[in-house]
Amino acid sequence: MSDSNRISLLKNAGLLALIGLLGSLLLAFTYNVTKPRIAEQERRAILASLNQIIPAGRYDNALQSDVIDIHSPGFFKHDDPVRIWRARQAAVPVAAIMQVTAPDGYNGDIVLLIGIDTDQRILGVRVVSHRETPGLGDAIELDKDDWILSFNGKSLRQPPRSQWSVKKDGGAYDQFTGATITPRAVVEAVVRALQYFQSNQREIFSTESTITAEPAA
Amino acid sequence: MNPQPRSTDILANGFWHNNAGLVQLLGLCPLLAVSNTVVNALGLGLATLAVLMICNLTVSLLRGLLRPEIRIPAFVLIIAATVTVVELVMRAWFHDLYRVLGIFIPLIVTNCAIIGRAEAFASRHRPWPALLDGFATGSGFCAVLVVLGTLRELIGQGTLLDQAHLLFGDFGRRMTLEVIPDYRGFLLALLPAGAFIALGLLVAAKNVVTARQRQQPKASAAATEAL
Repeated sequence: MSDSNRISLLKNAGLLALIGLLGSLLLAFTYNVTKPRIAEQERRAILASLNQIIPAGRYDNALQSDVIDIHSPGFFKHDDPVRIWRARQAAVPVAAIMQVTAPDGYNGDIVLLIGIDTDQRILGVRVVSHRETPGLGDAIELDKDDWILSFNGKSLRQPPRSQWSVKKDGGAYDQFTGATITPRAVVEAVVRALQYFQSNQREIFSTESTITAEPAA
Repeated sequence: MNPQPRSTDILANGFWHNNAGLVQLLGLCPLLAVSNTVVNALGLGLATLAVLMICNLTVSLLRGLLRPEIRIPAFVLIIAATVTVVELVMRAWFHDLYRVLGIFIPLIVTNCAIIGRAEAFASRHRPWPALLDGFATGSGFCAVLVVLGTLRELIGQGTLLDQAHLLFGDFGRRMTLEVIPDYRGFLLALLPAGAFIALGLLVAAKNVVTARQRQQPKASAAATEAL
């Protein structure tokens, strides 16, 4: 390799390194400027969806930071930990909101927020994210259909456990035209959450909060 | 150094004659995936427009330094940094829209229209024409996205500007138009297959218009000769 080649190679490498460095500086700067606002936005988004399930007037604790994470992949059929927010009024438990993942949607995971009050009745269910077919399976979204509201007030006693399935499987819940797998997955995830709550209610509310500095995305 | 092209030529080329979506068929992945509603389309279109303008300007400013051997990796670095900045800004200020568009914001990096303009135009021209070219190409791409989004949303769910609050805040909640009341929906338009069909129709329409434009001068020339 001639000297001029070597010099040109070094120049190129240096130039690329310089551009990389400038890019990193720009990114570091933007990251620092936007970080508090992004954290704030994420907190707001989580609180907004939690408040859809339990109105802000029914609890007085810091709902977002009263949180435990349950690792029970065998029970919930999913590797992600189940996050549980605890709502309390004057330190008395009111309800728990569980973020569970239904692993068996038509197009993979359906993430749900399920609110259960201390009488073990459903306060509400909302879909956080899913990839179900538009126009068919996406009727689980409240924006598209009222179906998700059919869980309100239900418990393992009403309807009885045997009725906790879609009508096609002999249960109490409607399926959608052209989509049975999606509602089936949601119903099963809600039942699992109810069962878990029923057998672990005391622990759910008494366990020390494991709040981390960063709220879950 | 190439001669500097006229501003009007740059605008006409980027927006129409050489449209990234309809003529070059670049960046089809986000074009087809995110054009299911007007709001999604507009959100991604504006993000792409911003990235194109910033990248073109940066590349043009650095064009004296960028030797041919390293220009491609340098473009990639610049584009990746720009897209990440845009992504962070959207996460901070348009959080709900960011959540809807999800992976397609970081995927702007892979939009070949951007590296294409950096290579074909910005690296050979002064900053101002480069910025103009970024604007023309970006708004051309954005326009195709919005037209596709309009068609698909209208045919697919009978509304326009559904979920406009993602982009325009609470004011947007009043902007949604229910064009066809009690519409039962047409699933094909919302699925990727519908996006391909709609894009195909748009490309065909563009070709018809272009062919007419070419014929007209010829026809009038022929008419003059006959006289």
